[in-house]
Amino acid sequence: MKKQMYSGPSVARILVLLLGGLFAASTLHGQASSIPSSQLINVEDLSRTLQSGKGEKPIILQVGSHVLYQQAHIPGSDYAGAGSTEAGLTQLKERVEFVPKKKFIVLYCGCCPWSHCPNVKPAFDTLHALGFTNVKVLYIANNFGTDWVNKGYPVASGH
Amino acid sequence: MLLVAIVLVIVLSIHRKDGNTRRESRPSAPDFSLSQLNGQSLQLASYRGKVVLLDFWATWCDPCRDEIPHLIELQNKYRAQGLQIIGVSMDDSPDPVRDFSQHFKMNYPVVMGNADIGRLYGGVLGLPIAFLIDREGRIQKKFIGATSASVFEQNIQSLLKSGT
Repeated sequence: MKKQMYSGPSVARILVLLLGGLFAASTLHGQASSIPSSQLINVEDLSRTLQSGKGEKPIILQVGSHVLYQQAHIPGSDYAGAGSTEAGLTQLKERVEFVPKKKFIVLYCGCCPWSHCPNVKPAFDTLHALGFTNVKVLYIANNFGTDWVNKGYPVASGH
Repeated sequence: MLLVAIVLVIVLSIHRKDGNTRRESRPSAPDFSLSQLNGQSLQLASYRGKVVLLDFWATWCDPCRDEIPHLIELQNKYRAQGLQIIGVSMDDSPDPVRDFSQHFKMNYPVVMGNADIGRLYGGVLGLPIAFLIDREGRIQKKFIGATSASVFEQNIQSLLKSGT
């Protein structure tokens, strides 16, 4: 009886698995979690880099929500469009059009918990595709308020 | 026996007074007037007398989106008892919010937020964030990050029953 119930992998089952895999892959494409850890910079290290008088200062680009940027952002950072939208990626491309490909660039968002951020991965991929070789993404575990502002790091607001 | 009863009454009255004082000492929810998706203005103060759940969210925020169906259910379930949910979208433009609202048949008003209301509420620098406001217009609870439907419901029920 048990042998009769086992029908093996049906075509429908394989299709479901394939579609599930494709969906997972497409979801992962936009997820910050899939950015290699070697391409991340944490808040302490970025803060140290910005405060230090030595070394190359990065271009810092916020690639998330403009409303959140207007409330608070890293001093000296520019708003470069939401990475999750086509319009945002176009804005990012325009922002870096004349930037040397070896320039140190830091991207950040902080809209939501890291694993849910829809913005940094597409922005990172875009710069990578454009040939930028020194791009880091600021690892913000929870959100910009909790992990940057509330920890007392410098903040600017407006525009 | 009488002594025990007197002590019990005193302890209970102190406890109740302490609870009321704590509730009354909560900060007032900053008033605001913002445009809804239909173009009409919404003023928070006009909801005085209701328990208000002010939900800061955005269409691009996964945890926010996950909460919306639960908020729709809560609005349906507790509307008659005086619950009013108000969504404050922190999207940069209203178009995706309008689409989302129609698709999910959101049954409560949604206004377009901005940096000013974010600052007014202490900085909305990560989503979702929600504030539970009592019938007197005081903030009784702040929910930072994704919050389960049962936690929302428990707090809403408690505030609806308390009469304040």
